[in-house]
Amino acid sequence: MSSIVDTPRSWRPPVRESLQAAARGVGLAALSIGASLALFIVTVLSVVFVVLGVGAFTTPAVLNTVRAHANRRRLLASEWAGIAIPSPYRPLPEQRPGAVGLVERTSQLLKDPATWRDILWLLVDAVAGFVTALLSFAVLVYGVEGVIMMFGLWEAVNNGYWYAFIPIKGYGSAVQAALLGLALIAASFYVNRYPLQAHFMIARLLIGPTRGAQLEQRVERLYETRHDAVDSSAAELRRIERDLHDGAQARLVAMGMSLGTVEALIERDPAKAKEILAQARSSSAEALTELRDLVRGIHPPVLAERGLGDAAKALALRMQIPVEVDVELTGRFQEPVESAAYFAISEVLTNAAKHSGADRIWLDIHHSRDAGGMLRIAVTDNGRGGADLEKGTGMKGIERRLGALDGVLALSSPEGGPTMVTIEIPCEQTEPR
Amino acid sequence: MRVVLAEDLFLLRDGLVRMLEAYEFEIAAAVDNGPELTRALEELQPDVAVVDVRLPPSFSDEGLQCALEARRKRPGLPVLVLSQHVEQLYARELLADGNGGVGYLLKDRVFEAEQFIDGVRRVASGGTAMDPQVIQQLVSRRAQDKPMANLTSREKEVMELMAQGRSNAAIAQQLFITERAVAKHTSNIFGKLRLPPSDDDNRRVLAVLAYLDQG
Repeated sequence: MSSIVDTPRSWRPPVRESLQAAARGVGLAALSIGASLALFIVTVLSVVFVVLGVGAFTTPAVLNTVRAHANRRRLLASEWAGIAIPSPYRPLPEQRPGAVGLVERTSQLLKDPATWRDILWLLVDAVAGFVTALLSFAVLVYGVEGVIMMFGLWEAVNNGYWYAFIPIKGYGSAVQAALLGLALIAASFYVNRYPLQAHFMIARLLIGPTRGAQLEQRVERLYETRHDAVDSSAAELRRIERDLHDGAQARLVAMGMSLGTVEALIERDPAKAKEILAQARSSSAEALTELRDLVRGIHPPVLAERGLGDAAKALALRMQIPVEVDVELTGRFQEPVESAAYFAISEVLTNAAKHSGADRIWLDIHHSRDAGGMLRIAVTDNGRGGADLEKGTGMKGIERRLGALDGVLALSSPEGGPTMVTIEIPCEQTEPR
Repeated sequence: MRVVLAEDLFLLRDGLVRMLEAYEFEIAAAVDNGPELTRALEELQPDVAVVDVRLPPSFSDEGLQCALEARRKRPGLPVLVLSQHVEQLYARELLADGNGGVGYLLKDRVFEAEQFIDGVRRVASGGTAMDPQVIQQLVSRRAQDKPMANLTSREKEVMELMAQGRSNAAIAQQLFITERAVAKHTSNIFGKLRLPPSDDDNRRVLAVLAYLDQG
């Protein structure tokens, strides 16, 4: 959900902030009246000409420009006012080459309600957007004008000019105008960022996703993650079946055969029988080891017994590189969350140990209550960096598994390090047992 | 010697009872869940407890928790913990008080009756019995650490067996060397791990602890 986030305001002098807002306002106003209006006219013409056929060839390019223009505003909204405006557009399939592709693309674009809202926004932006953007600048300039009145300008406009509600008739009223101007300037220091915020709120109203579009995007995402979840669980079952078949099952068969041989040999050749019995016993030990590894791969015992925090600590103890673990959890999580988080940590730690060249790893796990509860995991190493999510298949699998829980994985790994992997899973903590 | 046994699988519990009785242990109680284990440990004051990590009703690490709790109430109470899998984390928790009289073994070790019984006896007399799997993990990890790098391969072998809780005689027998040679190796190891010489019987436990705490 988008929300208004207060811009990170250190105690910057309000004067600087106000001047900055005014300057930004001018820029935005120019964008609104210039780019938005021009794009509105071009777009409307292009869409109208679709009926004549010509428009089908120009519309995709024009609408792409409109989207770029809107995206620029989305970016500015988050950078300047801390207002998040998510993109509402439907995902577009690959475009087919040639005229057919262009026509198809035009129809896809025109079917997206977001396109029509964009066009409406262009018009609103050219009017209301322009006014709100200019406001912060205008108030400041108008204030300055009032002050200038006092310094001579009043002579020029004597008797024929109203400054706000003050008719300038002589020096006395010019001083009044200057005072009002000063008041306006002073006020602008404190309120100058509000017109900008209003500007971006208007933009959010029109180029942010509607409730319908949000639901549509959510359905799209659920559809994808459900597929991933089904795929990966099927692959997991196949792996388990294969491991059982090739491993424990084969060893138990071998044991049965050995025991059969022993039965036949036990009286004729006790020494040989004893030897085979020893083999059978080592088979049983190996079968147990394999079953144990298999169980660890499905649902690690420590995780079942102690939960995520201690399981992560146990994992850290098994790593070849020292891992500093910091866990801040008061309860446990639902099994799928714990399991996905555990395997994600395991994969990330293994990767760090194998590829990063690090000699130290830090693992942080905590749960915060904000935004309905969020499990946050950070793995940092002091290695050489340059890791890439696209390179390994393991990370992709982890991403898919997290995706099924609405979790995300982010990687920051500049060349030269350090590498930091963050995992976030929205979830509630259950009561400690 | 009186034993309290806690294991929820009937077959294994029955087998353990038979085996322990065959080696002339007295079974004070054989229970199948956490609360009963706690009660038995408090009321019967056994010489040693043999406990499964995972017990009803929670089927988490209830057995381990009961054992640790009982050791807090009666320090030094010998406890041998059995588990389907072994974790260094649990080994650390068991060894944490430095009192000795603890063991942590895979359930499969029961198959080797002699060795298992030897482990129970060692724990009962205040020694340790650590599963080779735990120790191997440690050795392979510590192999990169500096104090370990200084150990010769023979000393590493001795360290491994010592960390499991074996006596010098047992180590000598297993490695086909004399007891004197083992004694020489162990004193070298204590030196290299910077453990000051003392007469304390628990120095071997301390060696394992130092080993666990390094890094």
